[in-house]
Amino acid sequence: MARRLAGEAAEDLVQECLMRAYRSFSTLGDPEAGVGWLRQILVNAHRDRLRKEARSVQEVAVDEVDDFSLYRTIAEEDPFPYSDSVHMDFLHSFAREDVHTVLARLPEIYRSPLVLRYMEGYATKEIARMLDAPLGTILARLHRGRKLFERELWDYAQEAGLLRKGPAG
Amino acid sequence: MTKATRLIPCSEAVKQLWDYLDHSLSPEDQERVEGHLAFCRKCCGELEFAKELQAFLASNESEEIPPHVKEHLERFVGELGE
Repeated sequence: MARRLAGEAAEDLVQECLMRAYRSFSTLGDPEAGVGWLRQILVNAHRDRLRKEARSVQEVAVDEVDDFSLYRTIAEEDPFPYSDSVHMDFLHSFAREDVHTVLARLPEIYRSPLVLRYMEGYATKEIARMLDAPLGTILARLHRGRKLFERELWDYAQEAGLLRKGPAG
Repeated sequence: MTKATRLIPCSEAVKQLWDYLDHSLSPEDQERVEGHLAFCRKCCGELEFAKELQAFLASNESEEIPPHVKEHLERFVGELGE
């Protein structure tokens, strides 16, 4: 989870999380809830780090990404001409490391809601609470994050030569 | 579709597909997207792909911690308790 949220800064983030957990261990009433408790501490530490770096946060203009459709792009560019399931073949051409590289290329403010929603399974209201942001802001960032993710998948596939190689074995 | 539901173009339906799958649209918008999907095959393809993309993200969730990072963190935890 730390790696998906913070990319290369994951180890620092986990250390920060462990320090906070160590300091506040007495607040953990039910040991069974330990995993959820640690995950919340991790997200809090990540959120605080984002706030510190807020000056460098880049909002991406909606217009820049809103018109991009990965589905349409794959259909139009037809990267696997002999395939009868070109969209699935496109997704299968990514290895796990490729997906993490693509996620790491997204600005953090978009990556965090995307990871928490679609990889960690949190509800949007919960994400808003965890990241201490209005629900509308989280929904808008999820929307842009998805669009950016789609565009980065396509750009990365081209750059990494995945479209020539075809689905990963 | 109710009488009050207006038809929406593909561009608008596509923008709302992920929110539609997440059930985070208002009931009116949810109904508008459904109304559009009822007659637009192209957007049904977009919808299926959006589902696949969600599954694709979810399937990439677990991963092993690299051994050297695990070693650093274990040492770090050990030092915390000293």
